[in-house]
Amino acid sequence: MNNDNIQLMQGNRACAEAALAAGMRFFAGYPITPSSEIADFLSSALPAVGGNFIQMEDEIASMGAIIGASLTGIKTMTATSGPGFTLMQELIGFAALCEIPCVIVNVQRGGPSTGLPTSPAQADVMQCKWGSHGDYPMVVLSPSSVRETFDLTIHAFNIAEELRTPVILLSDEIVGHLYERIRIPDISNLSLIDRKRPTKPPPGRYEIYHTSEPDGIPCIPDIGTGFHCHITGLIHGKDGFPTRDPDKVRDLLKRLHGKIDSRKRRICLMEKREMEDARIVLCSFGATARSCFQVVREGRLEGLKIGGINLKTLWPFPDFVFQELPKSVETVVVCEMNQGQVAGLVRQATGNRLKVVGINKCSGTIITPGEIRSAIDRPI
Amino acid sequence: MLSTGLSEIKRHLRTHRLPHIWCPGCGNGIITQAFLRAVEALCLDPDKTVIVSGIGCSSRVVEYLDFDTVHTAHGRAIPLATGIKIVSPQLTVVVLAGDGDIAAIGGNHFIHAARRNIDLTVIIFDNFTYGMTGGQYSPLTPKGERTATSPAGSVESPFDICELAKGAGATFIARSTTWHAFDLVHLISRGIDHHGFSVIDVIAGCHINYGKRNQRETAVKMLRWQKEHGVPIDIFRQLPEKEKKDLFPIGIIHSSSRPEYTDAYTKVARSGLNE
Repeated sequence: MNNDNIQLMQGNRACAEAALAAGMRFFAGYPITPSSEIADFLSSALPAVGGNFIQMEDEIASMGAIIGASLTGIKTMTATSGPGFTLMQELIGFAALCEIPCVIVNVQRGGPSTGLPTSPAQADVMQCKWGSHGDYPMVVLSPSSVRETFDLTIHAFNIAEELRTPVILLSDEIVGHLYERIRIPDISNLSLIDRKRPTKPPPGRYEIYHTSEPDGIPCIPDIGTGFHCHITGLIHGKDGFPTRDPDKVRDLLKRLHGKIDSRKRRICLMEKREMEDARIVLCSFGATARSCFQVVREGRLEGLKIGGINLKTLWPFPDFVFQELPKSVETVVVCEMNQGQVAGLVRQATGNRLKVVGINKCSGTIITPGEIRSAIDRPI
Repeated sequence: MLSTGLSEIKRHLRTHRLPHIWCPGCGNGIITQAFLRAVEALCLDPDKTVIVSGIGCSSRVVEYLDFDTVHTAHGRAIPLATGIKIVSPQLTVVVLAGDGDIAAIGGNHFIHAARRNIDLTVIIFDNFTYGMTGGQYSPLTPKGERTATSPAGSVESPFDICELAKGAGATFIARSTTWHAFDLVHLISRGIDHHGFSVIDVIAGCHINYGKRNQRETAVKMLRWQKEHGVPIDIFRQLPEKEKKDLFPIGIIHSSSRPEYTDAYTKVARSGLNE
């Protein structure tokens, strides 16, 4: 088609462009590589569309500012990398509990601590889920290409708005800095979701966290619209006010998890290749999924019974994928630039019915197709 | 302003959330009343007024106030308020929080909001201590005073929070006490009315967890101490240095004018790009 919008674009830029396309109008951030390009671009792009950009004093404040702005009904985002992501955990927990939609981009670099600025890693998978204290659910999406970064950023805003939850876009240095020729989808055809909100205060008290289903999503008013709602990081009842009533505490925490878990199949995106008669399945996410798919492509040409899965959603973890693998599968090989965070989840999902092997590399360099190939060529 | 009757301010209370959690004799109620009198005096629209707080005894105040209220994490009231104000400059955004919240864990946010001169009003419930956790020393505890974590007397020098705000760029700064409750209404009104970052430091009493360790074990003794140590700024300035010791100025400490953050952003970031 001639009217296709084809551009050479960087992963981080695709994230920022998609956020604007999704309707994001407030960004707060703190400089850190390898995420800097997102803030740099949005500092001029946001005011040009009537939005607001601010560079806060740290990542804690950045997270606070996007939560505050989101409470007024605006779609908001921040972007960071490991050290900043660690600082954000406190208020990510607040956003999860208070059900405040927002998108947090973590372009991973090597850790722990200041780690490897700026070399790739994929070691924040567990931190995404367990970073803040207390039990709370999280939605985490992981792109492996520039186009996927665009699509998953849109998906992230849609989930955040629909389920009233923070969503983490877990990119990495390779994907964030990668330039690829991509076709930008027609913005006017994107299917975008806006959070549901009541428009007019009803007579009497409005229960902002009321849901008719135990895994429902509350219809919380925007602040400044006359509802006089109370938002608190304390465990609260349906009216939004603090409670210690054991039944109400249990109901809230159950619903928070339920609203994500019950929609798991819809939230979980993945790409499967050559799975039909595969004996070995290469499983990965982010930049390393690219290496896996190349091994699958080349292996198939040689007649190897090999398939691949690129997990685009890491949390909620798509355990059903591993429970529903074709009968031919004997071994799942999980390739990741960490010590085996996803491999552990796959083992849990398969319940020891399959052999699960990890290919792990934590050297600030990508796992190459050659490394994967030589690992699977050895008897495993 | 004192013509405002209790029934008029009572309509701004979520009476169904009462009784409050504060101890009898706590200064927080006096500040809350002064704040609501200021709301009445300024005829603020309760639908367009947002109150943001942090963590601690005083931050629980938002639960009792009938506005849109946000009870955030410890020290984070100002960042959340900043986000609200930037995208909704038409809202009046007030931060109510304690001295530990604002000056310790939220200290960095406080000075940066002052530097930006964003149109927020911060009312500090300044009781020199972390009352909720049992009375530990805060960055505003006077040197030598005893607390749960400075049993022999605090060795640290406190911030003069008003001077800190001034140095950081706040454009309206006032101090009062719960004894000077009538002046307090006026100062809070001025602060909210001011277009820019406003700070009202209110010295309040916590006789239960602080006063008892410093020979001010009753609410009356706390108030008497405030009465004897708070000196109107004009008089305070004329005092010889050695007499200023242990006293503190009350009234409007500083008032100035410079571009407010959201105005400046609109002017520079938006129109700058369109030129």
